[in-house]
Amino acid sequence: MSCEPWQCAEIAATKKANPIPKPEIAVAMIKRAARPLLIVGSNVVSRCMEGKPAIDFIVDLAKASKVPVVATAHIVGEFVKRGYQPAAFMPATDIGNRVVDPDWQGLDGKGHPDLVIFVGLPYYMESLILSGLKHFAPDLKTMTLDNMYHVHASWSFPNASLTEWASNLKVMTSKFNEGGN
Amino acid sequence: MTAKNVRVKVDEMKTNVGLIKNVELSVGKVVTDNWDEPMGPTPMPHITTLRNWDMMLLNKYKPFYMPDCDLCCLCTYGKCDLTAGKRGACGLNIADQSSRIVLIACCIGAATHNGHARHVVDHLIEKYGRRYPLDVGGFNVKVEAPVTRLVTGIKPETLGDLDDILSYTESQITHLVSAAHTGQESNNLDFESKAFHAGRMDQVGMEIADLAQISVFDFPKADPEAPLIKMGIGTVDYKKPVIMCIGHNVVPSVGIIDYMKDHKLDDKMEVVGLCCTAIDNTRYFDRAKIVGPISWELRYIRGGFADVVVLDEQCVRTDCSLEAERVKAPVIAASEKNCIGYKDRTNDPVDEIVSDLVSGKVPGVMILDPEKVGEVAVRVAQQVAPIRKKMKSLPELDQIKELAKKCRHCNLCQRSCPQDLAIEPAITAAAEGDFSKLADLYEACIGCGRCEEACPVKLEIHSYILKVGEKKMLEETNYCRSGRGAVQDVEIRSVGGPLVLGEIPGIVALVGCANYPNGGKDVYDIAREFALRRYIVVTSGCSAMSAGSYKNEDGKTLYEEFPGGFEAGGVLNVGSCVSNPHIAGAAIKVANIFAKRNLRGNYEEIADYIHNRVGAVGLAWGAYSQKAASIASGFWSLGVPVLVGPHGVKYRRMLMGRSDKPENWEVLDARTGNKVNVGPAPEHLFQTVETPQEAMVQIAKLCIRPNDTWKGRSGKLTHYIDLHKRHYGVMPPDIHRFIRTQADIPITMKDEIVEILKQNDWKESVIPDPTMLPRMIRKVKE
Repeated sequence: MSCEPWQCAEIAATKKANPIPKPEIAVAMIKRAARPLLIVGSNVVSRCMEGKPAIDFIVDLAKASKVPVVATAHIVGEFVKRGYQPAAFMPATDIGNRVVDPDWQGLDGKGHPDLVIFVGLPYYMESLILSGLKHFAPDLKTMTLDNMYHVHASWSFPNASLTEWASNLKVMTSKFNEGGN
Repeated sequence: MTAKNVRVKVDEMKTNVGLIKNVELSVGKVVTDNWDEPMGPTPMPHITTLRNWDMMLLNKYKPFYMPDCDLCCLCTYGKCDLTAGKRGACGLNIADQSSRIVLIACCIGAATHNGHARHVVDHLIEKYGRRYPLDVGGFNVKVEAPVTRLVTGIKPETLGDLDDILSYTESQITHLVSAAHTGQESNNLDFESKAFHAGRMDQVGMEIADLAQISVFDFPKADPEAPLIKMGIGTVDYKKPVIMCIGHNVVPSVGIIDYMKDHKLDDKMEVVGLCCTAIDNTRYFDRAKIVGPISWELRYIRGGFADVVVLDEQCVRTDCSLEAERVKAPVIAASEKNCIGYKDRTNDPVDEIVSDLVSGKVPGVMILDPEKVGEVAVRVAQQVAPIRKKMKSLPELDQIKELAKKCRHCNLCQRSCPQDLAIEPAITAAAEGDFSKLADLYEACIGCGRCEEACPVKLEIHSYILKVGEKKMLEETNYCRSGRGAVQDVEIRSVGGPLVLGEIPGIVALVGCANYPNGGKDVYDIAREFALRRYIVVTSGCSAMSAGSYKNEDGKTLYEEFPGGFEAGGVLNVGSCVSNPHIAGAAIKVANIFAKRNLRGNYEEIADYIHNRVGAVGLAWGAYSQKAASIASGFWSLGVPVLVGPHGVKYRRMLMGRSDKPENWEVLDARTGNKVNVGPAPEHLFQTVETPQEAMVQIAKLCIRPNDTWKGRSGKLTHYIDLHKRHYGVMPPDIHRFIRTQADIPITMKDEIVEILKQNDWKESVIPDPTMLPRMIRKVKE
């Protein structure tokens, strides 16, 4: 497990993500947030682990955590096919552009998210959107659930294998299913 | 027609009113022309002349910055950490710095195109004189330089006129670059406005370059039936000597082709090209061949196909010379902008240069005389080819299997790959004799070579991918239509009405480079989808090549399947990078020819017209360069939205509307002066999309304009909803924002949409005569 940026050249950051050492920590931080939001990108359809696409793991996690999901690109239908209705779907930079606005009152109009979680966007897209949020929404906390270290997030899992990624997501889902704080 | 530095001196003159002695009159420039259109309000705009227009757009489409770097290291105060609102030693914050980088990128792009134009114009004036007339389409194109006319107020007629206009653009670019110096511009929106101005200068510079080369080199002149050109490495006859030209500036290639023709060698040799030079070679000589877009330079040089490599300017891999050296292909550097460290042999005897290159005494030479480039390239290729044909440049499969066993499985190859391709598993499988995973990488690999640079045991991964994909590579036999140049006035008359009313759903321009996220087929798929839907599909540059690189079920390429006219369902290649202004020009000519709006120095009004009425969208699926940034900027300034593929996010700034804020979508009704909410049309000015499916849906949506008639809007919504349902699997979430009256509702979806309207508390509105400019209101409201 390494806390170097997954893409080797993505190093130009003075403020770097704190590594998430184990999935239970991520669960605790999400539970602590009042208004978390999960942004899911198109790579969850193309990246596979344990013989199934990553979106299967994300659907389980979203159902267990009850964190509202924004599906980017064209993948909303993939969620619907799996019996899960995302809270919204829109282009990745659209949701980034809303989140960066301090006056945006969230998808339900009841308040700005306090934690934005990313997973499954192309690495460089996710990295740059996280950079935009780091610079222009400095009070917002961000987290990534990928198996790739993202330097511009507040918290990121280190680089890890697909097996470890699957394990992390399953542990998170089980911890949410267990309930409690 | 212009004359510079006119001086009149009168020693003594008797007149009716008296005697005049020792009068000297000096005039900087005399402008005369045959254009009776009155001059508009903004001829030859300076860097702030159109600032108000720019700010209107920037207020509607606010920048969303995504800095690539937390630092500024442009001066010795730095490095300064600008994270999260900190200001640097000069006072700039990260928003200012991000927009400053945008301006610098756009200036680099604009300077590159204008530098290209300057070289072409100077060369042609030297050869043919300032009075050489311009002709881009004879009687079919009376509005022959729409961008230049719009921006400068000048109607160029000769090469000399182009020289004068370039002096103007060059001065503007100098001012713009100077604004990026430390301690100059300090506001992000003003940086953005200046970036728009760089885009305007870029469009003028490109138009000048193409006007000059079309006129003098007799390229296709606004020809919908420009010839179909053989494309792909499989179309090249390798029994013949092969000269490979790479870059953008056709002048050295003209020298090569002329020499071949003069010596009756044109059917005994092959001239092939990569990147925009390839397209322009075929506009000059229809037996020249296109082998591929920019990203395949490494592929085809390393593949050993070229006997001589001629490099001109722009988008040339800077290690092309080293790669050519590996395969013993002599190199000629033919542009002063890309000297490669070679000795300048421009004034040496041809026999000596040829001897040095053939013997291998020198790997390459610099020659700045295009005629001499022609003779040297042809003679060297003839002599080198018989030796080179016996060479093998790629490793054999059994060698790859052995080399792959050295892999340390560190995964640095994948972590350095811009596409995040699974390279390590492919190498591991190759070591076991299974090459199928390497073969799978062939299509998606963009040939950057970063995997090799990262590999700690120096595995030549790209060569392995090429070897495994060699059979596929040699089967690449397609067609690209040669660049046709401008759109005819008569074509504009035919489609102007249906376009503005929305009955032709839009113009989709697939332009730019080949930094694709998953190979070039996405470009073909997108182009074909919209051609089948009877949009007007326009291509240029590397995207034009990718669009032609695949075939339908009948074995036809896109250019064989669809007509080349500017018409519903047409697929037209305007040409190379510098041909892009023909696309902007078509939109401008809709305003001028169809709507009878004056265009002379009348930028704001025409841009306002295009933004509100002409459903044009640009897609640069593989945009990578600063030139792509400045090309996009020229379109933003005209109010035309531009989409980029996922790598385009690295331009670090989007210009985005907020569909959830109704107050952002008000325009003025020119008939009444009333403000009318027209919905998010178009929703964004610059946007990154993640997948080709998303690109298709966004294109359909971004073609919607406030001026659409109910019939036009209904048709556009049908395409938007249909594509959305097909690719997303659900109805669009924002249909209610685009329906103004019940008549806008697509008839086949009426029940479903009426229900959506009810859920969203929809209210009917009017279809205005839309404008953003108060001065366009015909009747001021009391």
